[in-house]
Formats: sequence, structure tokens, C-alpha cells
Amino acid sequence: MIVNEKIAIDHGLKKDEYKKICNLLKRTPNITELGIFSAMWNEHCSYKSSRLHLKNLPTKGKKVIQGPGENAGVIDIDDNDAIVFKIESHNHPSFIEPYQGAATGVGGIMRDVFTMGARPIANLNSIHFGMPQHKKTKNLLRGVVHGIAAYGNCMGVPTIAGQTSFDNSYNGNILVNAMTLGLVKKNKIFYSKAAGLDKPVIYVGSKTGRDGIHGATMASEVFDEKIEEKKPTVQVGDPFTEKLLLEACLELMAGDSIIAIQDMGAAGLTSSSIEMASKGKLGIEINLNKVPCREAKMTPYEIMLSESQERMLIVLENGKEDMAKKIFDKWNLDFSIIGKTTNSKKIELYFDNNKVADIPVNTLVENSPMYDRKWKKTKLPKKNKINKNEFKNLKILNVLNKVLSSPNICSKEWIWRQYDHTVMGDTIQKPGGDAGVVRVHGTNKAVAASVDSSATYCWSHPLTGGKQIVCESWRNLISVGATPIAITNCLNFGNPENEKNMGEFVECVQGLGEASKYLDFPVVSGNVSFYNQTKDKGIKPTPSIGGVGLIKNYTKMVTLDFKKVDNLILVIGKTEGHLDQSIFARDILNEKKGPPPEVNLFNEKNNGETLLKLIDKGYVKAAHDVSLGGIIVAIAKMSIKGKKGIKVKKPNYLINQFEYLFGEDQGRYIIEIEKNDIKKIKEILDKSSVHYDELGIVTEKDLIIDEKTKVSVDELITFNTNWLTDYINK
Amino acid sequence: MNSTVITFPGSNCDRDMDVALKKFGFKNQMVWHNDAELPKSDLVVLPGGFSYGDYLRCGSMASKSRIMQSVINFSKSGGMVMGVCNGFQILTEAELLPGVLLRNKYAEFICKNIFVKVNDNENNYFKNIQKNTLELHIAHNEGNYFCSNEQMNEIEDNNQIALLYCDEDGKINQSSNPNGASKNIAGIFNKEKNILGMMPHPERMIDKALSGEDGSLFFKNLINNLK
Repeated sequence: MIVNEKIAIDHGLKKDEYKKICNLLKRTPNITELGIFSAMWNEHCSYKSSRLHLKNLPTKGKKVIQGPGENAGVIDIDDNDAIVFKIESHNHPSFIEPYQGAATGVGGIMRDVFTMGARPIANLNSIHFGMPQHKKTKNLLRGVVHGIAAYGNCMGVPTIAGQTSFDNSYNGNILVNAMTLGLVKKNKIFYSKAAGLDKPVIYVGSKTGRDGIHGATMASEVFDEKIEEKKPTVQVGDPFTEKLLLEACLELMAGDSIIAIQDMGAAGLTSSSIEMASKGKLGIEINLNKVPCREAKMTPYEIMLSESQERMLIVLENGKEDMAKKIFDKWNLDFSIIGKTTNSKKIELYFDNNKVADIPVNTLVENSPMYDRKWKKTKLPKKNKINKNEFKNLKILNVLNKVLSSPNICSKEWIWRQYDHTVMGDTIQKPGGDAGVVRVHGTNKAVAASVDSSATYCWSHPLTGGKQIVCESWRNLISVGATPIAITNCLNFGNPENEKNMGEFVECVQGLGEASKYLDFPVVSGNVSFYNQTKDKGIKPTPSIGGVGLIKNYTKMVTLDFKKVDNLILVIGKTEGHLDQSIFARDILNEKKGPPPEVNLFNEKNNGETLLKLIDKGYVKAAHDVSLGGIIVAIAKMSIKGKKGIKVKKPNYLINQFEYLFGEDQGRYIIEIEKNDIKKIKEILDKSSVHYDELGIVTEKDLIIDEKTKVSVDELITFNTNWLTDYINK
Repeated sequence: MNSTVITFPGSNCDRDMDVALKKFGFKNQMVWHNDAELPKSDLVVLPGGFSYGDYLRCGSMASKSRIMQSVINFSKSGGMVMGVCNGFQILTEAELLPGVLLRNKYAEFICKNIFVKVNDNENNYFKNIQKNTLELHIAHNEGNYFCSNEQMNEIEDNNQIALLYCDEDGKINQSSNPNGASKNIAGIFNKEKNILGMMPHPERMIDKALSGEDGSLFFKNLINNLK
């Protein structure tokens, strides 16, 4: 097949991009080469629309061992231990085929982590669906949850936390973001940079099939009515093989024979070989006849573009081939020496004794397109003047019932009960809390992780929204007693060629950069998913932030359940009663206008750090950050978990009751303390100038606002737990 | 006391079991499924996981593994063999225990704490255990125990039911049956009661920082019984 402009466009390349390829090569590429360019230059792999903006994110810090640019980020958790972690999207495939799409998303992110030598110790996910009544939602939800469960459970890695939301902007584009944390010794981290000449390049893992060809290209396109035709681009997962691959890789990594290792993820053998060569400033020569294939008569084009799962590429020290092969034989995995490193700085591919591709590595990587796309700033919306007279017709308990049983607030136990969250025997905080917590095996330390996003805030004002999510992640970690260390981000947006969507991206990134810089909570890994769009309708901007923190002594971990009757409850942080963009405004009053709550980074940092001090001194019996639904939802959840109630005091300053209870002001936590400790606690709070209010005391079994407004914990549980199971079983 | 945990390709609770056995005083060894011989053992454990991916019937491939012949011989000579979760499935597939484990009633993986009632104390696993109702943890997709009527009669006549799903107060009823298992069966013995298969994971309940400590009771009691 002779390549021309039309074929290039069919591969998702733009006209001028094709021209650039011809110029760089000083000739017309053949079809295999064109395929390689299209795989490397699509949005998913090249970050061509986002690179310019991502480079402004803070990525360094005292605890950062490896920032963005490797398979995953790495942070120091002392004592020669390090945590490797990353979040990644698998949105497009999951919409086309939810079970396999979600499963391979989980498989892919785990591979990114164990490629670096770390044993995965926890999985998290952030999943977003269209409106519950939309005809596709239920099957998508079921498929995604089953897919995540099937893969993670089989691997024997606990899924410890997550986030699920429903919004009409995801009707045509769901989001599936998967995150993995792995544990590694600091001196045993593996990287993808090849080094040395004539080193054997080894292929291990599953055989290569025809699945997932053009997966990364598909993920860089907008959906239309022909979406069903894209099913063959979705990869098929085999968690059993991945489990074997994990064990085999870790066994090989125990020695010192690996120079570089890279998993075959998006764009398969193409991107893995090119990344290794590019980082090492070397060339790689591959004999494609040596690649283990699942199907007969696969062409070089297909072999290079397949996204078959559970495969790895390794550059090995000379002379270690036999030893390495024995390990992979033991685990019944393919092992094939497919090529070697060269000094040509080119990717040279051979098939049936013919050279089928010959491309300088720098043309694919350094010379890949980078765009400074046009973008539009979003003005801060004017405050929405909600008529408070409307509240008079509302009964607090009815509203609370409605909010607790709403899709976005209700208990997600139906989901996480299907995830094995206790395997590995170190899960000390299960899903349903502010953050999941796993012990660092055999030590007193524990690692906390949370995943968050607030699409509504980001949609209303991307800059504030971007800051807010980072702060929420930080608060969730602090609420369990963890010192926040670093974040990973998964940036899900619409079409970057649209100025508004691009503006949302730019300003969200700016916001999250500002917050992470201020909080010293750097970004160490992540990915960008654009084109979450069907025809001209894009999703709300949805950056997902995965935060990781350390608890030095896990016996000091805090949970959110109320512990003891008569204990005092405080709200840390000032309650102003911000209702715009709150659950109350949107779901109860049907008001969609106005700005999201303001983010005050000074208060966030001060409140959080002061709370950590209180936790460290052992004063905090329960803690929960105040987020969606405000104070009342926070205390309802603490009641539900602890099977105890609370008697709420009137605030000691003038504020409307609905604003007080449902406002979503930032920087706040609810904490439970012993009455006897109040003096010492007040001293610490006052000394740090942290605002706090006394909210009430823990009671036996009722949540009491006043004489007439009272609800039992059992009723709260019913409100909160029924919606999701009823929805699924209906 | 010497114990052995078998690792099959796809086992994923093997390390957890190793940790638990050692914590309560066993000298434990890990043995690869393709080995021929068991080391000298007072207890052999088949751990949980997804042996061979469980792509065929759960446990069926593993039941044909090379090491299984030694496990079978060991059990026939009266050796203690315990299978947890996937290990239980392997024991039924190897026909060391009667019945099968079907897909859960609601066709979903379930991970949660449950209560089980100890149904028989005249065996080396539960003799002298201090509590009759244990809080343990399940995490499985195929734990719905089923057998023929004849088998059930035999199981009941021989007192082979080891554990029954129950509520916190020890009552055995439908609402405390998490997976649809016949008669709420969570674990059974062979006739001689040297082989135990159970769906719940005692090794996940060995620390108060984890889901609970009734697993500790089980292991402490087990090693004392074996001494």
C-alpha cells in the first residue's frame, strides 16, 4: 500500500502533520512507519495540546524521587521505602465496551507501577456516569464495576477507595480513571531508560494479537454514531496472565540483570521501544518475526500497533538471557529476544529479512507536534441571589433525606463490596471513609490514598475548581491522620480544538498547580484524556486528583465514625454558608448559577496542619472533611458509620439555618473530641488562629437539630443505602 | 509445628496465609504447585486466589497440579489439609471433599465481614475453640455451596458440616446467607475430619487493626490442637 495524505488522515493525523512527517523523513513513509507515527503523535501519547501547560505544574519536592515522565511517580516514605503511584484514564474504551475497557484500565495502571519494580499494594478508581435514567447508564455502571472487580480481585490487590458520580454531561462519554500504589525499596526502582550497546531487547508476557489496534488513536477522537464499529479497538484483559507477569517480573527484578523495563500500554510495542530508545539516546533494532504472535500472518503494521495486554519490554544485561528465560518459563510466559540496542538512534524493524521501518527516534519524540491551542478564559460567575424565602417551604429532614439518597451522595457500598478490599492483609481503612489506608507491610507505617474530582465546581469556574480538588484531596488525607505528600492527576476534558474546552483545561491546570504549589503537594505523575466528547457535546471538565499521604504510626489513624456518646463535635474552619453550586442549590432548588465556593489556600493549609497536630496528640476521636452537602451530610455520614447520633447546637453567629447546614464552604472538617480535652484543644486552635465552632454532642441514636427536627440513625441508614441497590435491581 | 502453603499460579492469598501461620507459631514453608514432594508437614494449606485464572471451573486446573498427588496421599494418611476460598474449591474439584461451589446467588463478587457458627467441635480444627460464633471475612465470586441430596444426607449423618453462615447472635437464617449456599454451609470436613474446606478467610482477621481478631482465635486454637 502506498501511503498518501488521505491514508494519513484516516490514521487521525492532520494534513500538516503528515507533511511534517514526510519532511522529517525526507521521503514518504511506508504504511508501517505511518502507523508508528500516528500512534506516537496522537493526543493520547504525544500530549500535543497539553504539554505546554503541564510543564507549569509543580513536580518537585523533598519527598519526590521521580516526577512525571516515567511509568509512574515515586515518593519517599522513609526507611528506604518508596511509593510508586499513578492514575490513568480508560474512558473511551470503557464507553465502547465497559467490562473490558475498565478491566484493562486497571491492568494497565498496575503494569505501570510494577514496571518500576514496585509490588502493587492498593487500587483506587474514579468513575463517572451519565444520568441514572439514561438508557445506557445502568449497563455501563454494571460493566465497569464488574470489570474493575474482575481484574483487581484476580490480581490480589485490594481496591481501597474510589469515587462515583452521575451527571448528564457523561451521558455520551463515561469516565473510568484507575489508580494504583506500589511499594518498592528506594534502591530497587527500575526505569525505562535504555543504556549500553548491543544489549538484548526482550519481549515477555502474553502473545501479540490483533486486539486494540489503534486503541490510542481511538482514544484521541470524538465519538459519533458509528461508535459500535470501534469495538475491535478495545483491548481484552487477562488478569491471570498479568498476575504471572507481576510475579515473574518481580522475581527477575530481585537480581541485577535489568537495564531498562517498560510495559506495553497505549500504542504497544511502538511506544515502549521508542520510549526506551529515546530516553537512552540510543537506537533499537527489532526482528518482528521473533515477536510471539497469537494469530497467524500478522503484518509488521499489526504487530507494532497491537495493544494486546500483559506484555513487557526489557533491555537486559548481556549473558543474563538464560537465567531470565528460566524465570519466565517457570511462570509459563513467553520470553523472546526480539532485538538489540544500537547506536543508530533509529528504530529499525525487520520482517522476513526485509527492513520494514527505519525512523530516527527524535522525529517521533522530540519533533512530535506541540500546539499552543487557542483558549477562552472563564469569568467568575456573579453570585446567584437565591431567595431565602423559598427555604420556608422546605423541611430540613426532607431535604436531608433527599440529599442522602441522591445518586451522588448515597452509599456506594454496592460498588465497593464487589472489590476485594482486604486481600494482602494490610487494609486498615476500607472504602467508605475519607481515604483508604493500607499498612506498609511489616512496619508501623501506613499509606493513605484518596481520589477526588468536582466537575460542577470546575465547570462553573475552572480556576477555582482546579484549586478546590487539590484541597479536597489534601483534606481527605488529613482527615485520616496522614501527612499529604504528593498527587497524581488524570485530566479528563472535552475537545481541545474547541476554545472553551481548552480554556477549561488551561485554567483547571493553573488552579491545581497553584494549590499544589502552595500546599507543597507536588504532582508526580498523571495523564491527560481529551476528546471526551460526543459530536459537539463535551463532558464537564473533570480533573481527578489522586492524593497520597503517610501515617508514621498507624495506631494514630483516624476514622470518621462517631465513637462515644457525650463527646463534643467541632467544626474546624469558618462556615459562611456558600450555596451556589452546592448539592442543595442544584438538586433541591434547581439553581445552577453562581460561582463555586471560594478556596482560601492559607486557611486550607493552616486548618489542615493544625488538625494534624491535634491528631498527632491523640485528641481527635473521629474526623471527616466537609464537602458535598455541607455540614449536615458530613455529620449524617459520621452518624451512619458510628451508629450514633448527634445533637446539633445553634450556631453562635447569625446565619440562615439552611446555609449553615448545607453550605459548601471549603477548608472545613468535623471532629469529635473528649469533653475533657476541650481546653487544650482550644489553646492549640487559637494559637494557630484556626476558626472553629462547637457543633454539638454525640448522642445514643438520633440526629437532632431541634425539638421538632429529629431523625434516628436507622432511618438515616435507610435513606443512604437503598438508592443504589434499588436502582441496580430494578 | 510445620505447615506448608501451596502456591498455584494465580494464588493470591498465599502470602497472607504465610504471615498468619507464622504469626501464631507455625514454621511455614511455601511450596510451588509444580513440585513433586511435600516437605514434612503437620498442616498443608491450599490458599485463596484465582488458580489458573479460574477460567475453567474454579479450582479444577489446580486440582490436577503435580503437587496435588502428594497432597492427596498426605490427606489419605490422615494429614491435616485445609483449603480456604479457592483452596476449598480445589479440594472439591480434587474430590477430597463432597459437593461444589457455584457462582454466588446474586452473581456478584462479595467482600465483607460475616459471622459463622462452629458446627462441630470434635475435630482438630475447632476443638476447644472459645467462641461458637466467629466473625470472619469473605471475598469470593463462587462460594455458593451445593451438593446432591444423597451427599447432603451423608454430610449431615457424619457431622461433616464445619461452619454455617449465621447472624451476629448465631442464628442461622436466609438473611445471614451471603451467597445462597445450601443450608448456609460455609465450610465442610471430609468424613475423617482431617480435611477442612471453608470459604471465609481466617487469615484476614488476625489483627485488631484489620477487620477483626476472630481469625487469631482460630489459628491459636489450631496450633494448640496440633501440639
